Amino acid sequence: MKLSLGPITYFWTKEKTLEFYEQVAKSPVDIVYLGEIICSKRAIIRFSDWMEIGEQLAAAGKEVVMSTMTLLEAESELKMMRRICENGKFLVEANDIGAIQLMKGLPFVTGPSVNVYNQRTLARLAKAGLCRWVFPVELSEETFADMQEERPEGVESEIFAYGRLPLAYSARCFTARAHNLPKDDCDYKCGEYPDGMTLSAQDETRFLSLNGIQTQSAHTFNVLAELDELRSLGVDILRISPQSEHTLEVIEAFHNAMQGKEPAEEAAARLNANMPTGPCDGYWHGKPGIADSVLDNYK
Amino acid sequence: MELVCPAGNLPSLKAAVDNGADAVYFGFRDDTNARHFAGLNFSPEKMAEGVQYAHDRGARAFLALNTFPQPEGWGRWQDAVDRAAEMDFDALIAADIGVLDYACNRWPDLNLHLSVQGSATNYEAIRFFHENFGISRVVVPRVLSLPQVKHVVENSPVSIEVFGFGSLCVMVEGRCLLSSYATGESPNTFGACSPASAVEWRETDKGLETRLGGILIETVGKGENAGYPTICKARFEVGGNTFHAIEEPTSLNTMELLPELQKAGIAAVKIEGRQRSPAYVKQVTKVWRAALDACAKDPEHFKPKTEWLAELAKVSEGSQTTFGAYHRPWQ
Repeated sequence: MKLSLGPITYFWTKEKTLEFYEQVAKSPVDIVYLGEIICSKRAIIRFSDWMEIGEQLAAAGKEVVMSTMTLLEAESELKMMRRICENGKFLVEANDIGAIQLMKGLPFVTGPSVNVYNQRTLARLAKAGLCRWVFPVELSEETFADMQEERPEGVESEIFAYGRLPLAYSARCFTARAHNLPKDDCDYKCGEYPDGMTLSAQDETRFLSLNGIQTQSAHTFNVLAELDELRSLGVDILRISPQSEHTLEVIEAFHNAMQGKEPAEEAAARLNANMPTGPCDGYWHGKPGIADSVLDNYK
Repeated sequence: MELVCPAGNLPSLKAAVDNGADAVYFGFRDDTNARHFAGLNFSPEKMAEGVQYAHDRGARAFLALNTFPQPEGWGRWQDAVDRAAEMDFDALIAADIGVLDYACNRWPDLNLHLSVQGSATNYEAIRFFHENFGISRVVVPRVLSLPQVKHVVENSPVSIEVFGFGSLCVMVEGRCLLSSYATGESPNTFGACSPASAVEWRETDKGLETRLGGILIETVGKGENAGYPTICKARFEVGGNTFHAIEEPTSLNTMELLPELQKAGIAAVKIEGRQRSPAYVKQVTKVWRAALDACAKDPEHFKPKTEWLAELAKVSEGSQTTFGAYHRPWQ
């Protein structure tokens, strides 16, 4: 079983991003997904910069995958998607069906926002060049097990294993809205929230995290405790989604548990203590996403 | 432009057809469609009757089969495709790649539309669905601005349908999991946003409290309008302020934009609201028929009549309407 690091979903400074990947290069992660997948306005890291970061990670022995944007509206966004799909060097993660069209049969990965909910979809995309798929986050272990049974030859299965869950995308920017700014003149407010802005319900349940045009869960999904089960289901790759702090520790904890150096449940419990709003794993167990099996908190 | 109207039951279907709908869309009584609510939708017998009623009066009948099956339920979607093909539907509106793949291979003559749940916001995605499954039309998500819609029309190999009126999804359709995060069920998996079984209303001193999956998402004061509770239109606390952090409880009305939509080459305008009453369908269909006819006749001088807007305001959910994303400053 391998360990991957998903694309950064937040708007960090270029310095922080470069520094982050320098550390990642030295970490025990096997696969690194790179690129801006949320908002095309956050263009401080150019395509050539991403390619350079990719080269450095590849030189450090990492498998590099270039990720495409999730919600595409403008022609300029399609242009960037074409550059990524035609990069000629690294594998591509399609986060929208449009990217699959551009791959024209070349191998590609589907990210969590491409709806692969059943075996027939999986088989059809395999014919189009799918070599790895990330299991959609709202589906359960039971569905994953069913799909594994009919998984086409040569297709790897990756699970979103750790991080704030990607829940929704919009044409609107909710971070700008919270600052009474229009999206066209957003002042890059999302840069001030390296883990998103927490949104709470009226009963003070910390509920969601606003990340520009994306809405994430406030709770951090964590299935590390299920490591033995994930192995027996034949999961090929576990994905960690970056947060501004503790991500290297998360990688370390997953790696140690996978190497048998620490019991998975203990490692998972240790990580739970560092989460901004606490853990959740409801989706994997067929419950509301916000629920957590250890806290047993589903109302 | 074709007027495509919703029907949650046979009386609504008749109301749509009798009041000038060019096409009417409806679904089976289960989770194979995105308006899976108790008491709504069609048994196979009523469905056959509905198709016949529409065809006898020159209207087209579309089947909404626009949710995402998982392996355990796959048979239900496959049966629904088979039944639709045998029932002489004019189009099947689907979203899932597996369902589209099955439909185009098993029934090569079946006309396929890509549902808004298929989440195709750009022409490259549309080309994928066209080249692989032969779709003939796409319903585009309600996140595009008018210039963006025009650009899609110019580059799309198939005709484009847009939403003109009704409830408004502020998130791109087919990729919104907010409902299942709180309740375990989403439009993708269950065919409903905020399924009724997860909604709880409680009258308190502070007002009417609304919980979704046990989470307090709204408190409606006396005199305030309580719409159907969805996460995206509730009030939350962000950065010390409590407000509509995602969107106000507005609904969509694009009637003023009709001349521009027509000029852009839009093929059809869709009315949302299969969950609404036959009275809603009748009223909205009637007004929109009149508006489309007026716009086709004289687009240059087209302006929505005050009485049309008054009629629509009576049936709108929430007190405000917007152009949605078609209007750039909204974003």
